[in-house]
Amino acid sequence: MIVETLFFLFGAIALGGAINVVVQRQVLYSALSLIVMLASISGLFVLLRAEMLAMVQIIVYTGAIMVLFVFVIMLLNVNDDDDNTDTLRWPKFIGIPGVLFLLAMLSSSMWQVRIDPSLSAVDTGSAEAIGISLFTDYLLPFEATSVLILIAIVGALVLAKRDL
Amino acid sequence: MIPIHWYLTLSAMLFVVGVLGFFLKRNIIALLLSIEIMLNAVNLTFVAFSSALGEVGGQVFVFFTMVVAAAEAAVGLALVISIYRNRETLNIDRANLLKW
Repeated sequence: MIVETLFFLFGAIALGGAINVVVQRQVLYSALSLIVMLASISGLFVLLRAEMLAMVQIIVYTGAIMVLFVFVIMLLNVNDDDDNTDTLRWPKFIGIPGVLFLLAMLSSSMWQVRIDPSLSAVDTGSAEAIGISLFTDYLLPFEATSVLILIAIVGALVLAKRDL
Repeated sequence: MIPIHWYLTLSAMLFVVGVLGFFLKRNIIALLLSIEIMLNAVNLTFVAFSSALGEVGGQVFVFFTMVVAAAEAAVGLALVISIYRNRETLNIDRANLLKW
């Protein structure tokens, strides 16, 4: 019973935070609301017994990525120029019904997924299980991501530098 | 124990909210935040399936998704700074040099 209560609590906070990201006009409030959403997603990870990923979610997402976002928002110090007059209107009229159709399709198909609960007995969320898998089966992708990070650092420096 | 389709439906809703934000917002940083919402919805799907099937691979994939998200945030924000320096605005409709 307590697990169901926690699921609905974290799920409601995550969904409300995500909606608030879209609704807010000040982009800094959007970023702060996204931090709330990411933290409650980490709570959902704990409920799924993925403790390691819950920690990584807090440290990497809310700790590193969102700090970068908030830093850039405060650096640029731009108020909302969200409502400009000459934006195209017809993409909204086509896009919003399309998005609602996507919601109906996705959630109705996801609602029909059934998996035998006995399969979930294996330990998948501990640091040991993930580490063993990461450094044996997924060693090559792991090394490739280090190259990706290096390329991203160099690319960010080149793009943001005033005159190279 | 919560059945998996609850998690999957929640993540579908989160993904759609992200898509909606990407349609409705005009600020470039808000668009990047919407992308983060979508990535997290997919991460939740990965972890739910991984936990329900007793398979570690899904959670390893979430690690890689987080790495890609970090790289995307770094490069994307560098682009934002560069656009702001040239255009003095963060409105995505002002960055229309490649538009006919």
